[in-house]
Amino acid sequence: MSQTDMAANSQRNPPPFPGSEDQDPLSEMADGDSDEGEDIFVGNRNPVAARTESFQPNTANGEEPADLFSEEDSGPAARSSNSPPGYKSSGVHSDDDSDLFAEASMELAGGGPSTAAKPSEAEAGPSPTTRKSTTQPMSMEQLEEDEVKDNFELDVAVTNPEKIGDGMNAYMAYKVSTVTTLPMFRNRTFSVWRRFSDFLGLYEKLSLKHSLNGCIIPPPPEKSVVGMTKVKVGKEDSSSADFVERRRAALERYLQRVVSHPSLLQDPDVREFLERDELPRAVSTQALSGAGFLKMINKASDAVNKMTIKINESDTWFDDKLQEVESEELQLRKLHTVVESLVNHRKELCGNTAVFAKSIAMLGTSEDNTALSRALSQLAEVEDKMEALHQAQAASDFFIFAELLADYIRLLGAVRGCFEQRMKAWQRWQESQSTLQKKREAEAKLLWANKPDKLQQAKEEITEWEGKVTQYERDFDRISVTVRKEVLRFEKEKSKDFKSQLVKYLESFLQSQQRLIKFWEAFLPEAKAIA
Amino acid sequence: PSSVPPVHPCLRDSGARSVSVDLNNDASLLIDIPDALCERDKVKFTVHTKTTLSCFQKLDFSVPRQHEDFIWLHDTLVETEDYAGLIIPPAPPKPDFESPREKMHKLGEGEATMTKEEYSKMKQELEAEYLAVFKKTVQVHEVFLQRLSSHPILSKDRNFQIFLEYDQDLSVRRKNAKETFGSFFKNMVKSADEVIISGIKEVDDFFEQEKTFLLDYSSKIKDSTAKAEKMTRSHKNVADDYIHISATLSSLSVDDNTKVEGRVASDEELKLTELLRYYMRDIQAAKDLLYRRARALADYENSNKALDKARLKSKDMAQAEEHQQQCLQKFDKLSESGKRELTSFKGRRVVAFRKNLIEMAELEIKHAKNNMALLQGCIELLKSN
Repeated sequence: MSQTDMAANSQRNPPPFPGSEDQDPLSEMADGDSDEGEDIFVGNRNPVAARTESFQPNTANGEEPADLFSEEDSGPAARSSNSPPGYKSSGVHSDDDSDLFAEASMELAGGGPSTAAKPSEAEAGPSPTTRKSTTQPMSMEQLEEDEVKDNFELDVAVTNPEKIGDGMNAYMAYKVSTVTTLPMFRNRTFSVWRRFSDFLGLYEKLSLKHSLNGCIIPPPPEKSVVGMTKVKVGKEDSSSADFVERRRAALERYLQRVVSHPSLLQDPDVREFLERDELPRAVSTQALSGAGFLKMINKASDAVNKMTIKINESDTWFDDKLQEVESEELQLRKLHTVVESLVNHRKELCGNTAVFAKSIAMLGTSEDNTALSRALSQLAEVEDKMEALHQAQAASDFFIFAELLADYIRLLGAVRGCFEQRMKAWQRWQESQSTLQKKREAEAKLLWANKPDKLQQAKEEITEWEGKVTQYERDFDRISVTVRKEVLRFEKEKSKDFKSQLVKYLESFLQSQQRLIKFWEAFLPEAKAIA
Repeated sequence: PSSVPPVHPCLRDSGARSVSVDLNNDASLLIDIPDALCERDKVKFTVHTKTTLSCFQKLDFSVPRQHEDFIWLHDTLVETEDYAGLIIPPAPPKPDFESPREKMHKLGEGEATMTKEEYSKMKQELEAEYLAVFKKTVQVHEVFLQRLSSHPILSKDRNFQIFLEYDQDLSVRRKNAKETFGSFFKNMVKSADEVIISGIKEVDDFFEQEKTFLLDYSSKIKDSTAKAEKMTRSHKNVADDYIHISATLSSLSVDDNTKVEGRVASDEELKLTELLRYYMRDIQAAKDLLYRRARALADYENSNKALDKARLKSKDMAQAEEHQQQCLQKFDKLSESGKRELTSFKGRRVVAFRKNLIEMAELEIKHAKNNMALLQGCIELLKSN
């Protein structure tokens, strides 16, 4: 299924939607750079759009990939055409025809290549009107139900870090376990062993394929030479245990983000990562880590910024959003610094409390009033318990709070990256337009000069470039749609993530306060017994 | 130039006295510090006396006093021979606003880097800290006076009465050069006392025990005080971090209510630290008594030696004898009152510790419960959104 089919059938950009009741949110979202923007979304009223954040553009073929488990914004189109909730057409089809699937995943803009379903949908008629008639929007409740169901289609966990080998060639292996009901996998439950470079390799593959489409690719955790060296050398202390645990948790979150992204989950590399027993060693990751890739993006964005930047569009959504993203990243960085300081201060508090406890115990032994002496030693014990509490709280500060912030700082970088991709797409389009213009001028000149043989060539070139302009324009629109969708999805995920992590953090705090109360309540009678 | 605002708080806080048991019991002489003013570096205390004693000219009067006046009073008492056998209440420490002032300065410098809300929160914290230091110093000065007023002998001291009543500036008296020199000399001698006190062969079991106990306890309580201070500071750092965090979170428009640690947790530790600090000084006062007694004993022994010498030489015997008698008397008097003082000191200490430890435990529980309510509220809010 190539672009030309689409070109033949649809005027411009893709996502014809099934009817939905609510026009307003969509008209805002129309790309400002084309006055056909309205058209795209006219009639794209999805009940889904009525939900606050999500704008559900479909894929290039105009259908929402039946996202196996996009928790929120899956195209109603796809769903509505699959009335039994949970029927995921792409899943089914992809089993039959993985090649098509693979190919499609490369070609299509983000939003997921449930290309397998494409044939059927495309027949339904690519034009918006046709689509409207064939696909009925589902009710809100049903869509939300689907969402909830989606959440449990695939669960992945990273556990059991094990050191393999010795000395400087040693590495940590992690068990990646998947539980799924998705038909595209061979089994329901399975696990494989992966090492850190495998994760980086996965990221690299996904980036190469999807970032040009404007997808937000979750970045993997950072490489750490120091941390790993300690582990390799066999240092059996708490800091290397901490490091391994931190990495394990980060890898798990990374995978969870990857599999919860509708398009990425469809990617065969992801499936292979989860399922295949032995993965070929990813060697190029030695050069390119998550941080490295981000650096590239940053450099690219700097370069782009120095050029004539503004995309001339009447829709300020992208501009505004990028600014939001940038300022949010700054805030998170600031917050992360403070949280790190909190972790350190709390560790200090731990130490000081322990020391104080010992000192009070000593004082108790030298106290000659028996009851007071006993009370003082009890106090020392309470302070010891407080130290343990502080210790646990510091761990919670770090693993829940600080890591959350670090993850999102990296993710926001990835978000910026996809804006850059859109910028590049725009530039390519603009450049092609100016090239076309030049070719036309050249043709005109040749006409004047009356050189028929060169004229033919010029005409051919014009046709070629006209095609390119059309394609690049379409690319740009497509990527715009994807970026918008991705960003909205990201924001929803982020809000959910933050909320759940904060709740977890506060709950751990709550627990520690409860235990604190118990300790002091036990101490009180001792204090009262002093005479 | 101090950026600290002049504070005129009303400090009547009856529950605040935790380091000593309620002292202001005797209606014939009631002292309190109802008010204090902070101007730059100087704190001016209003010392208020209500009395039925005839030695005073009025029944109800107030005078302004500075910290240096308190020191003068303390030093005068210490140098009074007659009080050698008494534990002189420790002098109140100099008001120290250095820490909050420094923080306020740093805050001012960093104002540009934080949001308005963060800045105002930090400022609030600092003002509260400043107020706490202020309250503490008033309390400590008040307790000093109340210990004097509740002491059967010291309350009758003429200088004490002058301190309470003299409505002119005391600084003239303070600047008495001789006295200054005297106390300087005294400090010099003190270190020699340490040697004396360990060298003296103790004849009295009670004092032997006391000596051992006090020396040991003194070093331990000093250690505990220092560690408690460190712990309190760490806790404050954590609390400050939470202010920054909650400010940044609210600017990210995530629900913030993480002022859960707050400074309230450090208040309990502050109490414990204060208790330990107070008793550290008090024990020093008790040790001083022991020194004086040891010196008296040394004097007595010297006088004995002198008498023996005089007898040998058959010269100045009457004088030597009289001197020896005086020394013996002094020593006995010291021992007797010393015993009394030390015993009551012990009792006082135990009671104060008890009160303070109970209060501390109760406060911890109360604040933890508050925190829990706050946290639960936050969690509900987040979950329902």
